[in-house]
Amino acid sequence: MSQATASTGAMGTAAALFRKCPTTGLKVHKDADALIKANAVAATVALLIGGIAATLVLLTRWQTVHLLSDELFYRWLTVHGMNMLIFFIIFFEMAVLYFASAVLLNCRVPTPKLGWVAFALMVVGALMVEWTMFTGRADVLFTSYVPLRAHPAFYLGVILFAVGAIVVTAIFFATLVVAKREETYTGSVPLVTFGGITAAIIAAITLGHGAAIYIPTFFWSLDMMNVDPQVYRLVWWGLGHSSQQINVAAMVAIWYLLGAFTVGAVVVNEKISRTAFVLYIAFISMASAHHLLVDPGFGPSWKIVNTSYFMYMAVLASMLHGFTVPAGVEMGMRLRGYTQGIFGWLRRAPWNDPGFSALVFSVVVFGFVGGITGVTFGTEQINIVAHNTLRIPGHFHATVVSGTAMAFMGVTYYVIPLIFRKKVAFYPLAKIQPYLFAGGMLLFSLTMTFAGTFGVPRRHYDITFAGAPFTLEYSPAVNVMLALMAIGGLIAIVGGGIYILVTVWSVFFGQPLGDDMSEAALAGSVPPGVYKRPFTELPEEEVELEEHGALGMMPGTMILVLIFFVAFVVYYFANWKLLSAMWQIG
Amino acid sequence: MSKQTYATGVTPPQGVWWKPAHKSEKVWFTIAFVWCMVLFAMMPLWHLRGGQNPTGIRAKVEPRDYLVRVQQFVADYGTGESENGIPVVEPPPGADVYLLAAQYQWTPVLRLQEGAEYTLHLSSLDVNHGFNLYPFNVNFQVVPGYDYGLRVTPTEAGDYRIVCNEFCGVGHHLMVGKVLVMPAEDGASASADQTDGAPVVPGADR
Repeated sequence: MSQATASTGAMGTAAALFRKCPTTGLKVHKDADALIKANAVAATVALLIGGIAATLVLLTRWQTVHLLSDELFYRWLTVHGMNMLIFFIIFFEMAVLYFASAVLLNCRVPTPKLGWVAFALMVVGALMVEWTMFTGRADVLFTSYVPLRAHPAFYLGVILFAVGAIVVTAIFFATLVVAKREETYTGSVPLVTFGGITAAIIAAITLGHGAAIYIPTFFWSLDMMNVDPQVYRLVWWGLGHSSQQINVAAMVAIWYLLGAFTVGAVVVNEKISRTAFVLYIAFISMASAHHLLVDPGFGPSWKIVNTSYFMYMAVLASMLHGFTVPAGVEMGMRLRGYTQGIFGWLRRAPWNDPGFSALVFSVVVFGFVGGITGVTFGTEQINIVAHNTLRIPGHFHATVVSGTAMAFMGVTYYVIPLIFRKKVAFYPLAKIQPYLFAGGMLLFSLTMTFAGTFGVPRRHYDITFAGAPFTLEYSPAVNVMLALMAIGGLIAIVGGGIYILVTVWSVFFGQPLGDDMSEAALAGSVPPGVYKRPFTELPEEEVELEEHGALGMMPGTMILVLIFFVAFVVYYFANWKLLSAMWQIG
Repeated sequence: MSKQTYATGVTPPQGVWWKPAHKSEKVWFTIAFVWCMVLFAMMPLWHLRGGQNPTGIRAKVEPRDYLVRVQQFVADYGTGESENGIPVVEPPPGADVYLLAAQYQWTPVLRLQEGAEYTLHLSSLDVNHGFNLYPFNVNFQVVPGYDYGLRVTPTEAGDYRIVCNEFCGVGHHLMVGKVLVMPAEDGASASADQTDGAPVVPGADR
């Protein structure tokens, strides 16, 4: 963090534009500050709307309650998908991009006005989409598969939103160039910024797909051209799935960030972590194929090559991060003296720091539930017993919600004191928030996935099929699963509600932090990493860590990843076994 | 690896950071890489050895042309019966079977023979639909303008349902079709009243 003071000379005239962060010593550009705040607030509003929608949808799929009417169910499900997967996530990622470039590199935002134009475009686009959805002009769900038809303003709103996001991505790259030219840092960009670059490159690819499909679809909605339904599915998933890979890259970057802030996690090897990020860029947009494995438009060679991200190289990348992130935490703890036994570092980690508990839950649930189910369901043939059943939302709630959203929430508890300069309101609630949110989502995802193995469809209003021409009754186990899913979901919604309460209250009514950053002044009102600054406690000289036989220098992590590996192999082959019991199909 | 200095992910690394990995990283990389190759090999292997592949015969078809094929199929092999207004069709083993998805109905009701192979064509008259075979969890996407001809062999007799599992409009959840698979022994003599009441559930012990 010493380069901040070293470079003030070059930027001396612009000193008024910056404030110095008393915790990290980072210079924070005031425009970056404001843009981060605006995007974070917009993300939280979207999260609130999406969360209300989640509650209503959940209480309808819980067959015993069955709250909404059919029409309203599909409408709120559309609202849920758009707000969570597009507006919440992407607004938050815009904030992450400003943070990873301007803040971490001590740099100014080169074009703050354009940043505000982009923000305005995104807000206007989002409002157009909300209007069409809430007035019943876009009951087409998140995917809006052509030829289901929505009001033209729905497509135009998405286009405006995407254009805004592309502009922010461009500003991000411009900031990198300016930081390099103005020498605001020395050496290579930090790993977290490298992860941000990965996310931004994937965002550019993704938003390109978005333009390629939503612009023709907009004209189709005006009856000015045709869009082939299968081509729509191909290109749309280039947006729909790849945008979840922006999440993955941003989330992994935040894992490294949270590790550093909470326990002084180190980067075990820059080469490995950065190569893994590059593998994401190279292969991840092929994942569009995950949604097309039982589609009529594509042959087996295309499906195998694409669904595997060309020989699973992006899976390899995730497995590498899944090792290096906990390994970095373990090493950071060991370097700071927590060397007892194999898991002493984990026992003595700051479990009451919401940044740390969020990090652990994000890594574990993303990997064990989201990752394993994702790779398994994304296998060409196994998809036959997974496609469009509840197994799919079971999978992606483990990745996007327990993984990405949990990581975003965890980092928010640091953003409030470090960027907003406020104490964390209701801090005792914030401390239990990750446990409620991740615990609830874990129960939700597991039971939802399990209900899906009975063939229960996703996006379905009534699985008692009342009024259908033929009767059908699922196994009683399905009702138990759906009830447990509802309980898990409600616990998670309480966790999400606490998050919104804490963040909104802190930002708008919270106590300012003041200049005293000592433990005495701050304990119990901000996460301990803010005043303990574990990343400053790392030894500066060369050190040698103890080897634990075959398990090496990171024995705890090695055991954890081996447990993961066994779970992966067992689940994967159990699904082949399940598939082999089906009708013969070829 | 012996001694080295360490930095966090928020610090710009100085100098050359392309350094050899730790032993445990190499071990994990090797495990992960080999596993990825296994994952990759399983798919072509299942095409050679496995009984369930989503390959099929794939072609484009105009929705109205497909409708004509379905009508011809009903005319050729229809039993003259209908259930809930949907015609019942009993094609001979080996036949091309045409199933139509349209908001919000599967047409026709099918009567198939256990152990016989059919080419089951799926297509849609309007929007995307999803083919889900209950209680076996078998799923295919039904895309308007595309004919998906899957060679299927029902391996177990029973009274099956087809659930639409792709959102197709506000009546989506009412879209349930029916397939009756008759045991190989008593063949074509299954009577219509056998199909009433609660569905028989093959494989319910799963």
